Amino acid sequence: MIALAFTSLLLVIGMGGGLFAKSLPILQEHSLSNLLFSSSWHPMKGEFGFFPFIMGTIWVTLLAIVLAFPISILVAVFLTGFSQKRIWKLVYPILDILASLPSVIYGVWGTLLIVPWISRFFGPIFVEYTSGYTVLAGGIVLAVMILPVLISLMTELFKTVPEELRDVSISLGATTWQTAKFVILRKTKAGIFAIVALAISRALGETIAVLMVCGNSAETPHSIFNACYPLSALIANNYGEMLSVPLYESALMLAAFLLFIIVLIFNLSSQLVLRYIKTNE
Amino acid sequence: MKWKFIEERIFRVLMHCSLWIVFGFLVSIIYTIFQRGCKILTWKMITTLPGGGFYIGGEGGFLNAIVGSLYIVGASTILGLLISIPIVFYLNIYLSSKSKFGYVIRLAYDILFGIPSIVYGAFAFSIMIYFGLRASLLGGIIVITLLIIPIFVRSMDEVAKTIPHEILDTSYSLGATKWETVGVMMRQIAPGIATATLLSIGRAIGDAAGVMFTAGFSDRIPESLSQPTATLPLSVFFQLSSPFPEVQNRAYGAAVVLTIIVLILSLSGRFITKYFSKNKI
Repeated sequence: MIALAFTSLLLVIGMGGGLFAKSLPILQEHSLSNLLFSSSWHPMKGEFGFFPFIMGTIWVTLLAIVLAFPISILVAVFLTGFSQKRIWKLVYPILDILASLPSVIYGVWGTLLIVPWISRFFGPIFVEYTSGYTVLAGGIVLAVMILPVLISLMTELFKTVPEELRDVSISLGATTWQTAKFVILRKTKAGIFAIVALAISRALGETIAVLMVCGNSAETPHSIFNACYPLSALIANNYGEMLSVPLYESALMLAAFLLFIIVLIFNLSSQLVLRYIKTNE
Repeated sequence: MKWKFIEERIFRVLMHCSLWIVFGFLVSIIYTIFQRGCKILTWKMITTLPGGGFYIGGEGGFLNAIVGSLYIVGASTILGLLISIPIVFYLNIYLSSKSKFGYVIRLAYDILFGIPSIVYGAFAFSIMIYFGLRASLLGGIIVITLLIIPIFVRSMDEVAKTIPHEILDTSYSLGATKWETVGVMMRQIAPGIATATLLSIGRAIGDAAGVMFTAGFSDRIPESLSQPTATLPLSVFFQLSSPFPEVQNRAYGAAVVLTIIVLILSLSGRFITKYFSKNKI
């Protein structure tokens, strides 16, 4: 049993170490700053610039957070301060189902509904032409995918605020929203940051859904109506052909390693903060 | 009227809107999938293997993907249960709740839970190359098992932590050893095991990025562990990326099958939790 429990730790370390070892060949060939900030991606010529992919990941993830954060915070405040218990019973199954839908289903939904909507209705308002397969499409799909985790974690977080604090605020004449704004949100500031970090780590690794709606062209996006190519999609799309090109495998492993490290940092810091809050309740 | 009451009104409206937006997303996803897929889905598509020229619009169905998914999900769920139940017992019976080792192990599982499945897939694939293995049913089962063990451990551990210490103490005071007390705990975490299993099945059946390189894809039902296997999400994904409208349509049919399976799992979770809770104190 100790051995089984210990394997989890070994797996984390082994995964990091293994991916790093696999990406060493390319790190010896090119400098890290060159790999991270060059935007020329021509595996055949031996040029591996990750900049467009890193920017694609950042754009899509940030957009998803920007879209999902206000919705989830409003829903969580509503559930913990404004509504009766009856509404929870209706909301939880919705979140459950949203959380359990596979990412390929989100992808199909995105290609059937969001992509045409952007190219026909929303895009033409701002730009002359857009295919619909854009940063915006990826952002919307990802936002819906991270909504359930954001809402349920925030609801749990807001519940940790002592009932007395609410009552004091209300009895001093504050409205429910003022209580939420000045008491609950202020008290749980650190926790909200941690939850957002956790949601970011979830969004970063999402693959199939973004792969299906983002357009996948290796260019740095300049607006939300450009196509983009996140790191995770890069790995998924190129695995088949990588074995024939020198250093290609190593480059993709470096992409996986980058993803691993970024997710690890976000995840670890948010877990530590959330645990700290829980024990100090 | 005072500003604070106007503000309260505004935010109340905004909260209701956010709640409706979340609900609207769910309805829109399910409606889009069913509306596109239901008219295409036939019984024959579920019960036949892909025929010749399937991917250029030929006859056949996607039975290969359904059976492949069932093989992978069934085997990895059983393996996952066998591995994670001892870990949960170890964490909760053999270690004290203040143990530093337990803290680190739990943290490791939380981190593993957050690592994207594409990273699991890339890592497992590089190991398979190292050992000279090719994409196979076995590879898929191993990756999915690794992917769902953190879900098992986390959700069973959540339940195990809430067991009152008096129950365990009573068992010890009656002369039971720690190993015999495992039986007592087993009854208490039964609902946890049930929900954890459903959660894991849901994640396992929907995962595409992890099995993409490790299980591969095949038009036949695998006869041994070393043959490649199709899975339902990948079947949707590959058929959708075909340029032929007939093939794309079939992807929508497969998406409906996948959605129905996930919906059933998600809804039955609530009933099963209630049923298994009868021994819980």
